[in-house]
Amino acid sequence: MDVLAEAFRLIITLDEDLFEILWLSIRVSLIALVISVTLSLPLGTYLAITQFPGRKFCILLLNALMGMPPVVVGLMVYMLLSRSGPLGFLGLLYTPSAMIIAQVVLITPIITALAIQVIENLHQEYRDTFCSMGVTGRRAVAAYLVDARYALTTCILAGFGRAIAEVGAVIIVGGNIDHLTRVMTTAIALETSKGNLTLALSLGTVLLALSLLVNALVIGVREYAGKRQYA
Amino acid sequence: MPSALLPIRISDLHLIKGGRAVLGGVNLVIEEPGITVIMGPNGAGKSLLLRCLHGLIEPDQGQITLGHRRIADCRKQQAMVFQQPVLLRRTVLQNLSFAAPEIAKTNPQHLMHALEAVNLADRADQPARMLSGGEQQRLSLARALLSQPALLLLDEATASMDPASVLLIESLVRAQSAQGTKVILVSHDQGQARRLANEIVFVCNGQVVEQSPANQFFTASQNPAAKAYLAGEILI
Ligand SMILES: Nc1ncnc2c1ncn2[C@@H]1O[C@H](COP(=O)(O)OP(=O)(O)OP(=O)(O)O)[C@@H](O)[C@H]1O
Ligand SMILES: [Mg+2]
Repeated sequence: MDVLAEAFRLIITLDEDLFEILWLSIRVSLIALVISVTLSLPLGTYLAITQFPGRKFCILLLNALMGMPPVVVGLMVYMLLSRSGPLGFLGLLYTPSAMIIAQVVLITPIITALAIQVIENLHQEYRDTFCSMGVTGRRAVAAYLVDARYALTTCILAGFGRAIAEVGAVIIVGGNIDHLTRVMTTAIALETSKGNLTLALSLGTVLLALSLLVNALVIGVREYAGKRQYA
Repeated sequence: MPSALLPIRISDLHLIKGGRAVLGGVNLVIEEPGITVIMGPNGAGKSLLLRCLHGLIEPDQGQITLGHRRIADCRKQQAMVFQQPVLLRRTVLQNLSFAAPEIAKTNPQHLMHALEAVNLADRADQPARMLSGGEQQRLSLARALLSQPALLLLDEATASMDPASVLLIESLVRAQSAQGTKVILVSHDQGQARRLANEIVFVCNGQVVEQSPANQFFTASQNPAAKAYLAGEILI
């Protein structure tokens, strides 16, 4: 019980180490999220409303990528960024940038696949009406994105939840270096193995709270949209 | 001023859906302005015929011309109200401004008038999809009328409306027709057909089996399928 009390003390007193780690986690995952969203919304929209040979295969590939174990993603990004790898000259391995790249690779397929579903359904529903009103091209795409705003928000939140809770890939490419690439999940793994349960527990608590918050937001958004028939 | 999209010529129109000819050689010429009501039993192919006319479905065979032009060249002059209205996930007013961005910019007051005309002005800022079925149909009619179409296609546009709304919509449709818009309306409502139609087209089993002036259709139809339909017998 002492450990738990101490863990809460760290949180309540805004312990410096703890907040450094927390801040880095959030920063890395938010940047990864922004990059991923700018990639996956256009890609998802394109795949949802355009027919071309190979489209099914693209979606299949995305679904396969979605199920890829994070450590494998970590390994791939590691090989890409390691000194002898094709992007080795950038010197990004063991930096927050490497972790951002790994998270982007991890969550882009997820957000894209979810966005495809959402936009595809909307496209089915709106197609004839838009055709009738002469709404095509950019206007149609913009309308899909606007009208799917709540559903897409929940997709994006799901992506953030996945990114912030991820360990395997981030530990491989980030290296869990103190004050540099140590994020919540990797710190929890390390501190637990060292037997320092206090910090591990307090980080775990924060992570749990964050994940609860994200899920509460998802539910809140769904409920709000449902109530106004905007879902 | 008669509609620019007359005459409407449909020749030998075939449409295959699910391995079955749902339209099997439709021949129809509509030359008269005013209101044409399409009647016929469920599954006869009325909605599909309307969709073909509107250019939403490419027929497997046959041709349609409107005012001697192809559909693609005059789609902008048409508007359609669907059997199941589809509204954007936005407010009532935003649904109109999306359909007519020009008007929304230059004359937003006009959009409010359009809502007043269908008795929805007090709902302007409500989410459109929260409207009742009949209100949604009224909104989609208001939306269709914004473009001042030369041809207006209505697919059971008053199906879920109360009697007062039906009469309101009918007067709007009549007024639009008086301004020169050609109206083609699908309806099962014989009262409505009698009130509105200048001409009746009767569709059965994917074919036009009768086309006659309204008074003649209701009093002296010789077609057995049409007679059975009017008498309320189920047609198979
Ligand atoms: N996409 C489709 N695939 C297969 N069959 C279809 C498809 N769309 C319509 N049909 C069939 O075509 C026939 C005509 O349909 P349509 O919707 O035109 O009927 P309708 O005359 O409008 O009937 P209602 O009065 O019930 O609205 C129906 O039997 C329907 O099952
Ligand atoms: Mg129909």
